[in-house]
Amino acid sequence: MQSIDLHDLTVAELAASLRDRKVSAVETAQHFLNRAQAQAGLGAFLDTDEAVTLRQARAADARLAAGTAGRLEGVPMAHKDIFVTRDFATTAGSRMLAGYRSPFDATVVSRLADAGVVTLGKLNCDEFAMGSANENSAFHPVKNPWDTSRTPGGSSGGSAAAVAARLAPAATGTDTGGSIRQPASFCGITGIKPTYGRASRYGMVAFASSLDQAGVLARTAEDCALLLSSMCGPDPDRDSTSLDVPAEDFTRTLDADINGLRIGVPSEFFGEGLAPDVRAAVDAALKQYEALGARLVPISLPRTELSIPVYYIIAPAEASSNLSRFDGVKFGHRAKNFTDLTDMYEQTRAEGFGDEVKRRIMIGTYVLSHGYYDAYYLQAQKIRRMIADDFQQAFKDCDVIAGPVAPTVAWELGGHGNDPLADYLADVFTLPASLAGLPGMSLPVGFGARNLPVGLQLIGNHLTEARLLNVAHRFQQATDWHTRRPQGI
Amino acid sequence: MNTVVDKKSGANESLLVRGYEVVIGFETHAQLSTQSKIFSRAPTAFGAEPNTQACAVDLALPGTLPVMNKGAVERAIELGLALGSHIAPRSIFARKNYFYPDLPKGYQISQFEIPVVQGGSVEFYLGDEKKSVRLVRAHLEEDAGKSLHEDFIGQTGIDLNRAGTPLLEIVTEPDMRSTAEAVAYAKELHKIVTWIGICDGNMQEGSFRCDANVSVRKPGEPLGTRREIKNLNSFKFMQQAIDFEIRWQIEEIEDGRAIQQATVLFNPDTGETRAMRSKEDAADYRYFPDPDLPPLVIAPEWVERVRASMTELPRVMAARFCADYGLSDYDATALTQSREVASYFEAAAKACGQPKLVGNWIMGEISRRLNAAESDISACPVSAVQLAQLVGRIQDGTISNNAAKQVMDALWTDPQAQVDAVIEAKGLKQMNDTGALEKIVDAVLAANPKNVDEFRAGNAKALNALVGQIMKGSQGKANPQQVNDLLKQKLAG
Amino acid sequence: MSLTLADIDRLAHLARLGLQPDERSLLCSQLNDFFGIVEKMRAVDTSGVVPLAHPVDVRGDMALRLREDIAGEPNQREANQISAPAVESGLFLVPKVIE
Repeated sequence: MQSIDLHDLTVAELAASLRDRKVSAVETAQHFLNRAQAQAGLGAFLDTDEAVTLRQARAADARLAAGTAGRLEGVPMAHKDIFVTRDFATTAGSRMLAGYRSPFDATVVSRLADAGVVTLGKLNCDEFAMGSANENSAFHPVKNPWDTSRTPGGSSGGSAAAVAARLAPAATGTDTGGSIRQPASFCGITGIKPTYGRASRYGMVAFASSLDQAGVLARTAEDCALLLSSMCGPDPDRDSTSLDVPAEDFTRTLDADINGLRIGVPSEFFGEGLAPDVRAAVDAALKQYEALGARLVPISLPRTELSIPVYYIIAPAEASSNLSRFDGVKFGHRAKNFTDLTDMYEQTRAEGFGDEVKRRIMIGTYVLSHGYYDAYYLQAQKIRRMIADDFQQAFKDCDVIAGPVAPTVAWELGGHGNDPLADYLADVFTLPASLAGLPGMSLPVGFGARNLPVGLQLIGNHLTEARLLNVAHRFQQATDWHTRRPQGI
Repeated sequence: MNTVVDKKSGANESLLVRGYEVVIGFETHAQLSTQSKIFSRAPTAFGAEPNTQACAVDLALPGTLPVMNKGAVERAIELGLALGSHIAPRSIFARKNYFYPDLPKGYQISQFEIPVVQGGSVEFYLGDEKKSVRLVRAHLEEDAGKSLHEDFIGQTGIDLNRAGTPLLEIVTEPDMRSTAEAVAYAKELHKIVTWIGICDGNMQEGSFRCDANVSVRKPGEPLGTRREIKNLNSFKFMQQAIDFEIRWQIEEIEDGRAIQQATVLFNPDTGETRAMRSKEDAADYRYFPDPDLPPLVIAPEWVERVRASMTELPRVMAARFCADYGLSDYDATALTQSREVASYFEAAAKACGQPKLVGNWIMGEISRRLNAAESDISACPVSAVQLAQLVGRIQDGTISNNAAKQVMDALWTDPQAQVDAVIEAKGLKQMNDTGALEKIVDAVLAANPKNVDEFRAGNAKALNALVGQIMKGSQGKANPQQVNDLLKQKLAG
Repeated sequence: MSLTLADIDRLAHLARLGLQPDERSLLCSQLNDFFGIVEKMRAVDTSGVVPLAHPVDVRGDMALRLREDIAGEPNQREANQISAPAVESGLFLVPKVIE
């Protein structure tokens, strides 16, 4: 097989070619490393190490030769820089961790490695995964392969851009308030965030502990299913919030019939906040589902808008505490000049953290501080319960929920300028599922203004990832949106 | 409870210090005797090389998460059962946020709103007065690391080996009214945690650290402002520190200065307490439930399993000693100071059936010798079986109390020595052969007509002289009681 | 409710963030803008609602998983301290701590 085609293969196809020895893991890895090199201008990668990658590839080839290959043996993949790795630096997109070396691999990383995945490197993201445009990376922004003047979305912007530009067949991501679904939508690829607790959080640099969840971005639902099957499963020795639910093979039911599927359509997702071009593409996708035998059921998620203040209180509160460990004592950045211990802390954190991170630390510190806890944090946790209950109510009438991922297509880099609120408001459709810990995904369903991709969000009840992937897969069997590629890729 | 409250509300005149009532409450940090840390699998052993027992979780390396140690929860349940507390079926771990170099995460995982152990009390004797100090709560939390200020000129070294060691923070009501009561409480709590084995109780190594909240007030007035004396690591210092603090506070008030709430440290060298450089932001720890840890759920079945597996508590055992062996409250308490003493006593008492005598020997001769040797019962050269044999020989009249002490000397110094062999070898047997004794008596009477007349004339003292002569004649082996009876009977004739 | 520069300074110190003068005022206005959208949330009647701390705990029966008490972490001091800013004979060094 000519290596020129390698980057057009899906994970499933690559895995098969590697298993049949049509192509070697080294050849494959080298091919993608070269592409990453050539497309360095996109800013998708933060760290690569050819020697390490090829070493892993050679080991994969050895296992392929020995017949001890894993399900994903030799398949190359890149990891969001939120996952700690032994073989590559881990920065979480922050100056605070520039050059940081973890003595251990994240559980998700080692699970994929056990399945045979070869690591291409670490992918750019918003600092500590805080952002919706990847412009909060301390190192450099990421460009959207569909229009390099636009954002790829965030916080998993590097992951989405790398997959869309065929620099990697798939990438890990993390989703706290939409950080997998929104960039997948902006870059015209498929991404899934499983149920909270499905994948171990051990080795994920923590942003908001009760919301953070690992997931995957690829070009097809089938690839997502394949990778997710290797990533998920309980991690009892390392993560107290990982669910006692055995690992599942999410590919088994991909082809299940969706005739009679009840798709809930929340009216709140289709208000005037939704851009017409996005709405058109989403409506067309829903029609397509009807053509596939699904039934659209109008539902209501009445507290959709409230999810913005609720999320932006809970996430910063947890972040303000999670980021206290970055104090210049055990690891990471320490200021050069300081007068005493307190000054060392204050200078170190002033230098190490970017503006958005500081903003959220300040918000979180405030809502937890004496006299404000009940009015803000506790109130937010109560409304969080109401939002979760709204979903349980809705799932009485439908099997999955569908709607837009974001109100608009990808915006101009720097488009939201110095207005953090604009970013917050743009998360309105992804936040509710995050607050409720529900699985959600984004699949490409068309194009909006300036030929920029539009994604459809699918939300399922707890532990229904297999169903979500099946619903997305059937759509992709009937359409070719997921095969479209950016100009010049 | 109410009765206790009432008892507490009225000041006991005899306890007033210069007209002030002393009010003391305790917060004790007991390190739990687990193999691994509370949230990581790193070992808890004391005294390892710096940071060799601090794993990635203890160092709060990015991406690490806490996983709760079942052994720590079990020990919390044991303490709760020992103190008659309520074991919360559902308790919550919270984050206490503050910056300090020995606190790797920038927050301490503790319990705030819903602790695992709630209520209960510690009961003990102060002299022969029974005291009861009410617990507010005992909650699970992680210990911090250590700051070494000595070395590294101008800098402090941080050792995180201790970080993550499981702690139970045991908090009392302000129920104590004197230094003596406070120290007695601390000793009783120390006895209980070591007795049930949840803590090694080593105060020098910081396994059992007491903070005393001290305030004074005029009787009937509301509680005064308290100052917290931190890390009292010996009962002696505890006594000195609280005494000093009480005097200091009273003098301040007498001099018209108001007490400022503060955390103070005790300096053993000066015997004084001084306020710490006030911990900044102490007012705002921003507690919130730790999202990394779901609620701690303790099923009633678990509590019952622990209860069934627990050793008999000192209070219960002392009561049993009174009932089964007819000991006084005081003796029973003294003989249940430690599990070792208690089981030594019971073994000996059962073996010879003389609990009171055995008790007296343990509290007297044996503890005197052990104290002199700065040793304890576990190192006692005389086994419970040997003590039982010795007491048996006193009881059956074979030897006198004085002779028994000589036997004890022999047993103490020679581990091979056997009670009866020693009695034989030293010829300590009492003469119980009436015939032989009669001969000596007759001889003595014949040789001392003067004393005999004086006695008959009504001078009782004369009898003692005769007894002395007879004992001498028998080389001290005659049974004094027997001699008296025999003499009286002959002189009466 | 509106945050003042004094509030900003207090919070910044609590969070150990050294702020530049211009940062202070910018943060102050940005936080006040943000709490503008939070007011809606404060108005919601949540009486009788149990706070949701863990997203999958919808039935409120989630229980902490407990680990057997077994020590099993080898000493990895060297690897663990690779990224430490200041270490001497195994100890992390910080500016003098005064008690």
